[in-house]
Amino acid sequence: MSIDWVHFTPFTALAGGLLIGTAAALLLVLDGRIAGISGIVGGLLRPRRGELAWRLAFVAGLAVAAPLYRWFAVMPEPQLDAPTPLLLLAGLLVGLGTRYGSGCTSGHGVCGLSRRSPRSFAATLAFMAAGFATVYLLRHLLPR
Amino acid sequence: MNIVSAFFAGLLFGVGLIVAGMANPAKVLAFLDLAGAWDPSLALVMGAAIAVGLPVFAAFGRRRASLLGEPLQIPANRTIDRRLIAGSALFGVGWGMAGICPGPAVVLLGAGVPRAVLFVAAMLAGMALFEWLEQRPARRRAPLRESTAGADSDS
Repeated sequence: MSIDWVHFTPFTALAGGLLIGTAAALLLVLDGRIAGISGIVGGLLRPRRGELAWRLAFVAGLAVAAPLYRWFAVMPEPQLDAPTPLLLLAGLLVGLGTRYGSGCTSGHGVCGLSRRSPRSFAATLAFMAAGFATVYLLRHLLPR
Repeated sequence: MNIVSAFFAGLLFGVGLIVAGMANPAKVLAFLDLAGAWDPSLALVMGAAIAVGLPVFAAFGRRRASLLGEPLQIPANRTIDRRLIAGSALFGVGWGMAGICPGPAVVLLGAGVPRAVLFVAAMLAGMALFEWLEQRPARRRAPLRESTAGADSDS
């Protein structure tokens, strides 16, 4: 393992993390909900009574983050390199897996670990390990 | 449910992802690439977010209602089963393929990244597939009973 000191951005990473944690805290303290994006988005597909409006509002906030950010600062161009077939398969697996596993990086990784849930700890270990293994396979084992 | 506070929380969450660099799939993949030139940034993002979350959940997590009077909905499920692990592993494989998880997917969509549309469409299809798979056996066993699918969701 060698750390990429050129691209490692500790200060913006910490600042962004503080904002994410604050957002999750706000949703809990004000609305009594867990900020788990996969659950919030997934709940839009078969909404129960009174469950639609706040979910749409949260997702709308998430979606206008980039346009609003660009009003005040330059947003670095996102780099999305996966070829289209892989991108589609990735999306399908992320959608299916997060619903099956009841959460993603936000619901299990941030909120679940924050409330010291053993279940979320196990889920986070599982998706991290699978993510590391997949990138290793795609970048270092399979010929490009 | 106060939609203004939900909107603001979503906005702040999205801005946090952008500031952290996590709305850039290449940076997320650089974290997942332990054997390559490793970028540890994502670990600090999660660490900082949890540092805020820990005391807030500890102080507030056991209350019955939120400050706006909404009932607190905290997952009660504590079982670590095959569903949890297999589902999370499946998610991890997809995450490792493109470097995108659900939060950044929505942010990238809002940023107008054309190919993010493809990812989000596939993600929604995956979520719809889950709903369909969950409904199917329940319908076969007990046609009139309401499904409890998703009731144990952590997020």
